[in-house]
Amino acid sequence: MLEDILKKHPQHEDSLIEILLEYQNVKTKRYITDEEVEQIAKYLGVTESKVCSVVSFYTFFSTEPRGKHIIQVCKDVPCYVNGSGNVLKTLEQLLNIRIGETTKDEKFTLEYTSCLGNCDGAPAMRIDGKTFTNLNPNKVKAIISEYRGVN
Amino acid sequence: MEQKLVSKRFDAINPLSIDDYLESGGYETLKKALKRDRINIIEEIETARLRGRGGAAFPAHVKMMGIAKEEETTRYIICNADEGEPGNFKDRHLMEKDPHQFIEGMIITAYAIRATKGYIYIRGEYDKAHSIIEWTLEEARKKGFLGKNILESGFDFDIEIRSGAGSYVCGEEFALIESIEGKPGRTRVKPPFPTQKGLFDKPTLINNVETFANIPHILEMGGEAFAKIGTQSSTGTKLVSLSGNVNNPGVYEVPFGVPIKDVIEKLGGGSKDGRKIKMVQLGGACGPIIPEYMLDLTIDFDRFEDFDSKTGAGAIIVMDERFDVFDVLLRVAEFFEHESCGKCTPCREGNLQLVKLVEKFINRRATQKDLINIESLARVMHHTSLCGLGQTAPTAILSTLKYFRDDYLDLIEHPEL
Repeated sequence: MLEDILKKHPQHEDSLIEILLEYQNVKTKRYITDEEVEQIAKYLGVTESKVCSVVSFYTFFSTEPRGKHIIQVCKDVPCYVNGSGNVLKTLEQLLNIRIGETTKDEKFTLEYTSCLGNCDGAPAMRIDGKTFTNLNPNKVKAIISEYRGVN
Repeated sequence: MEQKLVSKRFDAINPLSIDDYLESGGYETLKKALKRDRINIIEEIETARLRGRGGAAFPAHVKMMGIAKEEETTRYIICNADEGEPGNFKDRHLMEKDPHQFIEGMIITAYAIRATKGYIYIRGEYDKAHSIIEWTLEEARKKGFLGKNILESGFDFDIEIRSGAGSYVCGEEFALIESIEGKPGRTRVKPPFPTQKGLFDKPTLINNVETFANIPHILEMGGEAFAKIGTQSSTGTKLVSLSGNVNNPGVYEVPFGVPIKDVIEKLGGGSKDGRKIKMVQLGGACGPIIPEYMLDLTIDFDRFEDFDSKTGAGAIIVMDERFDVFDVLLRVAEFFEHESCGKCTPCREGNLQLVKLVEKFINRRATQKDLINIESLARVMHHTSLCGLGQTAPTAILSTLKYFRDDYLDLIEHPEL
């Protein structure tokens, strides 16, 4: 799978972030392993430490296995003053995990995110590539059951 | 009160339809611009006195003229769509609701400075905007507005999208350049400036989405007419991102010079449930927090500099009486602690210490000495940090030390509570 993605990108250092983003998005456990770092470094002709420095710098990349769906809850001020605390509480109760953890069935990982730029629909959260706005506990419950149902 | 220039097509056209854009006069300015003298275009921007809309308010024509004078012929142009400042979402609206507009501005600018390639750097969280821009660029290519020999003018230019990966500091111009180059987003020491040695060490022009969106309008109406909108120091309009405890949060376009109070009351419908406004943060996490009695302040680059701060990109975050100054400060401090790139000491260590100091106040363990320390640390960070992140990270603290000093003193004076 990684090989197919690598082939699509030019063998230049500046393809690195695009490759990592694309690969991590389709990988089941949404993380990058040491072996993959090695493979990417080799393809781009850069050192492994260079790839590692990028993986560790950007919040989107993980070196730990994560759930199939990544739920990101905004913790910044516009969401906070519109009740993001309740959104997080509801999610933690529903999924029975704390922020930063993955559910036992490996379906969901709960993370904080910096502002999602949806402050006009605060509080907001993002699941994989989709943003949900104007949240309240009931809406959060409905969204999570939908994600559970689909799988 | 609203004056719609860059937002005039919002919700009036189908953003995915290039025909809608063309029918509303889109790309007409580009057609005319390609027949104009390049320096003449930059002079028109100078007459308009357009200042950058991404927060720093730098005169747009100065950067353009700087590049135009460089000897190097490989030149890049970058649209900074890494809108990560908490409380800002106007660039998302510009990209999702009228995507051709800023791209047209980008092509015109590229022509004026003879740029050979363009990049749009979109933050990773903006999934929808990303796919809309991808589609929009393809549509523009099909009609010959991008690619080889644009509209038979002999000018070759194309744009590539690059995605951010969750790093706020990549909105800073050199961090952004490093990120496009495939590196961690850490800023560089200036000078040389990007216009001299930017992306891949070539002259590079970086502008915010809204700055590019203004370009077609300036050329269409003429620099002089544009300069008549707004105030002496700040010409044109500003997109304001209004959020927090207001009835109608959203993006509003107003001419510079409008009081913040009017935006909140008349456009935003006032505070939610009629609660009293306790404080308003301007610009985003990097901006000052001011009390309600100061809301007569007008939206104007120079007025904002009175706070030792920039206008930011035009965010207004309203917070009502239920919220405590320190709860907000802690969130702001934690945000910067997380987002600091770690390159320079004042920012890396300073933000860590600011979080600890704010927590000390919240836990009522702060002493008079902590008050002195937080103030001097904030000033040192402001003056000595390498880039805008560290320089503006303590703005909220400095402003609250000025306008909400009693809140600090209250927490010191009763340590036993």
